[in-house]
Amino acid sequence: MERIPILKMGEFVLVSIQVDMHDQLAMTLQDDLTAQIVRSRAKGVLIDISALEIVDSFIGRMLGNIASMARVLDAETVVVGMRPAVAITLVELGMALPGVKTALNVERGMELLRATLGTPVETGRAPAESPNGHPQN
Amino acid sequence: MTRDEKSRIPEILRKHEPELLKDWVQRQLAAAGGRPGQLSEAALREEASRFLSALREAVVGGQFRDIAGPAWSGVREVLGEISRDRAQHGFSPTETAMFVFSFKEALFARLRRELAADADALADETWAATTLLDRLGLYTIEIHQKSREEVIGRQQQEMLELSTPVVELWQGVLGLPLIGTLDSARTQIVMESLLQRIVETGATIAVIDITGVPTVDTLVAQHLLKTVAAARLMGADCIISGIRPQIAQTIVHLGVDLQNVITKATLADAFAIALQRTGFAVQRLPHRA
Repeated sequence: MERIPILKMGEFVLVSIQVDMHDQLAMTLQDDLTAQIVRSRAKGVLIDISALEIVDSFIGRMLGNIASMARVLDAETVVVGMRPAVAITLVELGMALPGVKTALNVERGMELLRATLGTPVETGRAPAESPNGHPQN
Repeated sequence: MTRDEKSRIPEILRKHEPELLKDWVQRQLAAAGGRPGQLSEAALREEASRFLSALREAVVGGQFRDIAGPAWSGVREVLGEISRDRAQHGFSPTETAMFVFSFKEALFARLRRELAADADALADETWAATTLLDRLGLYTIEIHQKSREEVIGRQQQEMLELSTPVVELWQGVLGLPLIGTLDSARTQIVMESLLQRIVETGATIAVIDITGVPTVDTLVAQHLLKTVAAARLMGADCIISGIRPQIAQTIVHLGVDLQNVITKATLADAFAIALQRTGFAVQRLPHRA
């Protein structure tokens, strides 16, 4: 059965979705990811969806669910690399993913995770006064 | 005149095409005499001769009533081309249709000469010719109208694209000055161009300035919020600026919830926040103070 690889990197877990998500795959990812967060005591989850061209409401809800589950397990989730067309589709579907943090690419996402978790930022950029999460969080 | 096959029009057209053409072009030139510079005689003659030869081939089939049929495709094509061309050059519908209608005079004169002996046949043929040419004339008007509409549609599209620029205010800060009413079609374009620019520039903050938006009702507010939500999904925060006092009142009265969006009264305030967030600061040089 095909699975989406989940990589552990320090106190973060990385997921890069490189194939078309179908519903079963999404459910498997949910199982694997929650298990991995618990096993590795991860503090942050980074989901890269830059290869995802098509989303439906199910995938949108899954992203929201994963973020909520991770939060319950005390880990922050950042979704990165969303394509413009995907963003528009999700908004039109009425799924603005209010509880999910977002960033433009993996690099920014890592920065955001580090900033959120209070880990010193390693890159040369000046740290932003407030993290690039969205205002209500 | 129910049986078009008996018509002598095809025969007359075939026999006297050069004379008809000459007569017709002369009449058109005489009619357009007061308006020089519209169309050269050579161009007119060329168009007229193309129309005539297409017409001559089409009437052979004898189907006078059905100009939408396959026999008339040649004529339709020629007429379509001519009326589109005229529409683009700013001719009025009347002027375009007169191209076809003016042929009546030439054709009727010829019919009268050919059928002088037979009054019944003349009346029948005249009627057949006039209905046919009326239809063709109306067809040119239709095409004329359509091509004008195409022009208008294209201009609207161009205006839409021009009216939603996304500018880079600072490294990592985009500006989106909105001018004019925000409907769903425009929101779509605004959203697409904003997200595209976010990808290109890697911006983390976008300032949407609505100083130029005349009214903000619930629909416009919803469109704005959609844009903000889409930008956030791409990892960029939005600040809405340029909210005039009147608009602030309207927003509150309508119960629009802008709690989750940073709003500022002026673009300058929004820009200051954007700079602060991206870690920049603007300072007055000491010796100029």
